[in-house]
Amino acid sequence: MADTTANQAVDIPKQGQEGGIIAAITSRLVIAVPYLWLLFFFLVPFFIVFKISLSQTAIAIPPYTPVVDGISDLFSKIGEFSFDNYLWLIEDPLYYRAYLRSVVIAGISTLLALAVGYPIAYGMSRAPISLRPTLLMLVILPFWTSFLIRVYAWIGILKPEGLLNQFLMSIGVINDPLIILNTDTAIYIGIVYSYLPFMVLPLYSALEKMDYTLIEAANDLGCPPLQAFWKITFPLSIPGVVAGCLLVFIPAVGEFVIPDLLGGSNTLMIGKTLWNEFFANRDWPVSSAVAIILLLLLVVPIMYFQHYQAKSQEAGR
Amino acid sequence: MKSLGSIRRSFAPWTDPGAKPYILFDGVTKKFGDFTAVNNLTLGIYEREFFALLGASGCGKSTLLRMLAGFEEPTSGRILLDGQDLRGIPPYRRPVNMMFQSYALFPHMTVEQNIGFGLKQEGMPRDQIAARVEDMLKLVKLTQFAKRKPHQLSGGQRQRVALARSVAKRPKVLLLDEPLGALDKKLREETQFELMDLQQELGLTFVVVTHDQEEAMTMADRIAIMDKGQVMQVATPAEVYEAPETRFVAGFVGNVNMFEGKVKSRSDDTIRLEGASGAEIVVANAGDAEAGKDVAFAIRPEKIRVSSKKPGAEIANAMEGEIYDIAYLGDMTVYHVKLSDGQVVKASALNAARVSEDQLTWNDKAWISFRPDAGVVLTR
Repeated sequence: MADTTANQAVDIPKQGQEGGIIAAITSRLVIAVPYLWLLFFFLVPFFIVFKISLSQTAIAIPPYTPVVDGISDLFSKIGEFSFDNYLWLIEDPLYYRAYLRSVVIAGISTLLALAVGYPIAYGMSRAPISLRPTLLMLVILPFWTSFLIRVYAWIGILKPEGLLNQFLMSIGVINDPLIILNTDTAIYIGIVYSYLPFMVLPLYSALEKMDYTLIEAANDLGCPPLQAFWKITFPLSIPGVVAGCLLVFIPAVGEFVIPDLLGGSNTLMIGKTLWNEFFANRDWPVSSAVAIILLLLLVVPIMYFQHYQAKSQEAGR
Repeated sequence: MKSLGSIRRSFAPWTDPGAKPYILFDGVTKKFGDFTAVNNLTLGIYEREFFALLGASGCGKSTLLRMLAGFEEPTSGRILLDGQDLRGIPPYRRPVNMMFQSYALFPHMTVEQNIGFGLKQEGMPRDQIAARVEDMLKLVKLTQFAKRKPHQLSGGQRQRVALARSVAKRPKVLLLDEPLGALDKKLREETQFELMDLQQELGLTFVVVTHDQEEAMTMADRIAIMDKGQVMQVATPAEVYEAPETRFVAGFVGNVNMFEGKVKSRSDDTIRLEGASGAEIVVANAGDAEAGKDVAFAIRPEKIRVSSKKPGAEIANAMEGEIYDIAYLGDMTVYHVKLSDGQVVKASALNAARVSEDQLTWNDKAWISFRPDAGVVLTR
C-alpha cells in the first residue's frame, strides 16, 4: 500500500511534465495559426504592393517595370526602384484633396452613425432579455444580402423620381423633388446605413454589460436620469464608442462603392481615385502608392484602437 | 415585570404611546403583475432607530426598501417620512440614501469622486466637498486609498466606500440592502459593530434588509420578521427570540423544538398541555390559550436540560428518551434526544467546565427536563 502511494507520488509529476510540454507545443501551434495567416494574407501582399509602388509604369503585362523574378533578382534591380510615385502624390493637389475629403466624409459619417447607433444600442440593452436576441438578429440581418445590392437599392429610394420623393410629394410635404442622389448627403446616408451594425454592436456590448444599479445609485445620490446618463452611462460606454467609431471610420475612409454609386462622378474620395488610377489609367505604381499612403493614414487610428482595447481590458472592464 | 433576554434597553420609543413613527408604511401593497410582493403592510420605524427587515429571499423585504428609496411606487397605500407623503417624489429628491448590495460604486471614478458624487450633485461648494469627503474617508479608515479606483480595492474596502458614499450626504434615513452579504464571516462580524458605532455617531435612522438572523439580532434595535409580503412580528431581538408570536417566527429565528398538542386544563396563568403522544407539559405565562384549543409549545434547545438520571419531582416537566445524535461544537454540545413517541428534541448544553461528570453517549437512556416558563405557547 505504502509502495503504491510512493510510486504514484513519483509518477504524477512526470506525467504532468510531459503533459506540460505537449500543452506548450499545442498552445504555440494555436498561436502560430493567426500569425501565419497574417503573414501570407497581409504582410506578403503588402510587400508586393509596396514593391509595385516603387516601380515605373510601362505599357506591358504587368504594366510596370522592373519585373522581379525571385529574391536574388530583387537585389540586382534595387537601384531601379524610386520614390517618384510618392513625390507625385505630394505634388499633385488632387491626391491631397482626395485624402482630406475622404477623412472628412468618413469623420462626419462616423459621427452621424454614432448619433443614430447610440439610441439603438441603448434601447436594445434596456430591452427585455427575451427580446434581445431578436433585436441583435435584426441588426445583423442586412448582412445577409449583398452589400452592392443594398447600395443600389438606395439609388431607387433617393433618385428624383424615387420612392422617397414620391412619398414626400404624395403627402404634400414638398412640391418639387429633393435632389439627394449624387450629393454628399447621399454618401452620408449610404455610409451610415451600411456601417451602422459596426457601430451598434460594440456599443450594445458595452451598454449591455453595464450594471443598472449604478444608475439607481446615481439617482439615489440626487442625480436626475438625464444627468445620470451623461455622468455614468456615457463614460462607461466609451470603450464601445471608441470601438464603434473606429470600426466605421476605418473602412469608410477607403470606401469606394458608396461614393461611386450614390455620390456621382464629382465625388473625390480616395477609394475612387485609387480605382481610377488602377483601372482607368492603368497606372499600377501610382495606385499602389496611393494604397500604401492610405494604409499609413489608417494605421494611426488602428494602433490607437488596439492600445485602447488593451488598456480597457487591463482595467478589468 | 422581568424583561426578556439579558439586555436592558434605554432606547425604546416604540414603548412610548405618544411617540410618532418617523417612517410609516400605511397599508402598503405592491404588485408586480400577478405577484404580490408586499401585501397590505403597516409598519412604523422611529427616528434614530436601527431597524432590520428580516426574511427569506422573496418575502418582500427588498421591495419595501426600494419603495422607501423611490425606485418602486406602492400599488396602494402610503409611505410617510417625517409626516410627508412620499408618493410621486423621485429617488433623486428623497432625503434617504441607500447602500446597495452590489455596492454599485462608479467604476470610472476614484474613491474620492465616488464619495463626493452626491455632494457635488447637491451643489455644495468645492472646498466643503473636499472637507466632507476627507471626514468620510477618516470615518471608514480609507484615507490613503482616496485616489484609487474601485477595482483596485478589496471587497471589505469597497463595502466601506459604499457606506461612506451613502452617508456623505447626511441623509435622514440610511437604507442598507444586505450590507454585509458579500463579506466573509470574520469581516462581517467586525463590520456589524462598526455599523452600529457609525449609526450612534451620526445619529441616523438605519433600515437594514438582511436574510441573516444573527446579523439582524446583533445590530438592530427592532426586527420585523417578514413572510409572503407581510410582517409576522415586529419586536426587539430578545422578544423575537424569547417570545415569538407565531410558529413561523419561532421556527425562523434560531433553533426551536415544537410540541404540538391540546390545552387540557387551565388555572390562573398555568396551563397543562397534552401532547400528541399523551405526555403532559406544564406551562406558565400561557397567554390567552383556552382549554381544548390546539396549540404548539415552542422551546429553545438551550433551555432544555439533559441528564442521565431522572430529575427530582420539583422539576415540572421531564420526559424520558434516548440519545440519538450528539454534535460537539466546542463551546456547547447539542444532544438530539428521541422521545418515546418518536419526536426528536434538540437540547444544547454549555460546556462551562472542561471536564464533565455526567457524560452521555449515543443510545444512552436520558431525561430531558425544563421549567414551566422555559417556553411559549403558540396559538397561531
